[in-house]
Amino acid sequence: MTRLNLLLLAAVVACALGVITSQDRARRLFADIDAEREAAKRLDEEWTQLQLEQATWATHKRVEDVASRQLGMRLAGPDTTVIIDPAGVPVARAPERP
Amino acid sequence: MKYEERTPQLRLKLEGWRSRFVLVLAMAGFAVLAGRAFYLQGVDTGFLQAKGEARYGRVVEMPASRGTVRDRNGKPLAISTPVESIWADPDDLEADAREVASLARALGASPGEIRQKFASKDRQFVYLRRQISPDRAAKVMALRIPGVFEQREYRRYYPDGDLTAHVVGFTDVDDNGQEGIELAEQSRLAGTPGSRKVIRDRRGRIVDDMESLRPPRDGEEVDLAIDERLQFLAHRELKAAVARHHAKGGSLVILDARTGEILALVSMPDYNPNNRTGLTPAQVRNRSVTDLFEPGSTMKPFTIAAALDDGVVEPDTEIETAPGHMTIGGWTISDSHPNGLLTVSQVIQKSSNIGAAKIMLRMPRERMGTLLHDLGFGSAPRTGFPGEAKGLVKPWTEWRPIEQATISYGQGISVSLLQIARAYTIFTNDGRLLPLSLLKRDTRPIGKPIITPRAAREVTRMMESVVMPGGTAPLARVPGYRVAGKTGTALKPENGRYAEGKYVSSFVGFGPVSDPRFIVAVMLDEPEGTRNFGGDVGAPVFASVMGAALRLMSIAPDAPQTLEVKGAEPGAVEARAAAPGGAG
Repeated sequence: MTRLNLLLLAAVVACALGVITSQDRARRLFADIDAEREAAKRLDEEWTQLQLEQATWATHKRVEDVASRQLGMRLAGPDTTVIIDPAGVPVARAPERP
Repeated sequence: MKYEERTPQLRLKLEGWRSRFVLVLAMAGFAVLAGRAFYLQGVDTGFLQAKGEARYGRVVEMPASRGTVRDRNGKPLAISTPVESIWADPDDLEADAREVASLARALGASPGEIRQKFASKDRQFVYLRRQISPDRAAKVMALRIPGVFEQREYRRYYPDGDLTAHVVGFTDVDDNGQEGIELAEQSRLAGTPGSRKVIRDRRGRIVDDMESLRPPRDGEEVDLAIDERLQFLAHRELKAAVARHHAKGGSLVILDARTGEILALVSMPDYNPNNRTGLTPAQVRNRSVTDLFEPGSTMKPFTIAAALDDGVVEPDTEIETAPGHMTIGGWTISDSHPNGLLTVSQVIQKSSNIGAAKIMLRMPRERMGTLLHDLGFGSAPRTGFPGEAKGLVKPWTEWRPIEQATISYGQGISVSLLQIARAYTIFTNDGRLLPLSLLKRDTRPIGKPIITPRAAREVTRMMESVVMPGGTAPLARVPGYRVAGKTGTALKPENGRYAEGKYVSSFVGFGPVSDPRFIVAVMLDEPEGTRNFGGDVGAPVFASVMGAALRLMSIAPDAPQTLEVKGAEPGAVEARAAAPGGAG
């Protein structure tokens, strides 16, 4: 009887230690996943900042400014555009020259 | 001798019940404790658990971000990014003069200003600086001054600045929409912050979730119908026109002629939503939506359409407009240029007030009154935009003959630019009026039939002649495309009468005529100078916006023969066209 009790006591202690270990592991893992979640949120926020930055750099006003001032480009007007049909034949004729 | 015998006191015999009484008392005490313990552990379990949780559990706020506003191609027009607000608890604060100085430097404020904020001892919360970048906040927190805290907030940025200011609007410092879409779609855009209960270990790490009290919900994204590229074109051209004519203001609307979506909505003067110091209400107003004006001749196509539908006139019916003025009930109306005998088509082409009035007076009052109502004049366009103007239309039962006559050419009625642009959808959709939308549409609405397809076609043909030589707006012509439109020049009513020399010039048109894609409506308020007719002021803006929009969207020209190819020999054109990628 005493021996059985001791055996059961040992089993209970072992189980209790097991619970402690797995609880600790669960908490470590949870801390990890929480850190990852934080990281995901930080990346999300960084992404919105990058989106904002991209949108700011890519505004039409700036693109037009860079194209016309720095690169000396200009918009192709109707006088420099040739319209062709799907077969490649120009549909817009040049006016007769005098 | 025994001890007891030597001490007589011990020989006293106590009565037996006394020791039993003490024993029972002690036992009863234990029983009460056991009962209480049993009650706490077994019956009222919540109390101790709550006390325990309070030792290690913490409620953590989970902030939610506001939704992004995007244009129809997914480009962000309003976006929230995290910022930090620095606040202090003056009660807890411990800072010497040196620390205050370095704190002030980090915050970009004067030490006096900071000290003043610290002086308010009766308060437990005072903002030192709101909404600074996370980098700067980190520098402030690195000073480790007790009683100074940071708080995560979101700030709204508008990458396009003044470009979409009137459409998107803005939020206040607490992230509530104040104007435009930010206000109209507040409930969708706003996020709901959540909270959860967690267990923290001694290093402050969260080690376990106890319960999620309220999950955070980020705001939804809102996709507008606005096309940022068209908005840019419209903004650039309108701004240039307002400056060129020294106008008090102006507005421009581009509609998708097939779906009723609002592709661009520009208003002048404008403002930068990212820096709103010194903002006046006049700048904030979205004039296309909230401002009323007498439209003038841009109303004539509706008069003619009604008359064609009723069989009152045919396109080639002749109307006598000589001598250029006419008296109705003691009031005189006149044309800007006397015209003589005109066909109905020419009434539109030359924009004759007399002609429109005479055609109008052949119809019963009720006809035009009902048409105006059906076209949406006098009721809000219901785009969801805050502060939509309804317009002023007198009930037709109260029209006197002179009023009926002037309404035929758009005087004596007030509309918003958005309303008139919408009414023109009947000409691009076989007589059906489309509902407007500021939000992107997935399906094409069918629309409500207002006039017959035949009348829509005939009036379109007449409006095409407006931009031809001999019409009132040859400047509205777009090379390569067939466009149609109508000028409007209206006197501004002031204090119940028309102000001399103050005009509103407008142009409403659409193109390409063979398969309309865009409706462009432009309005300038009080342009200066002698040439202030819609054909000189509004038409060039229409032409440049419409031309650029059609080219931008790669819409095939339906009148390529009108393109002037300068400096290119016919052979050279073919050679270039044949070269791969040569014609781009």
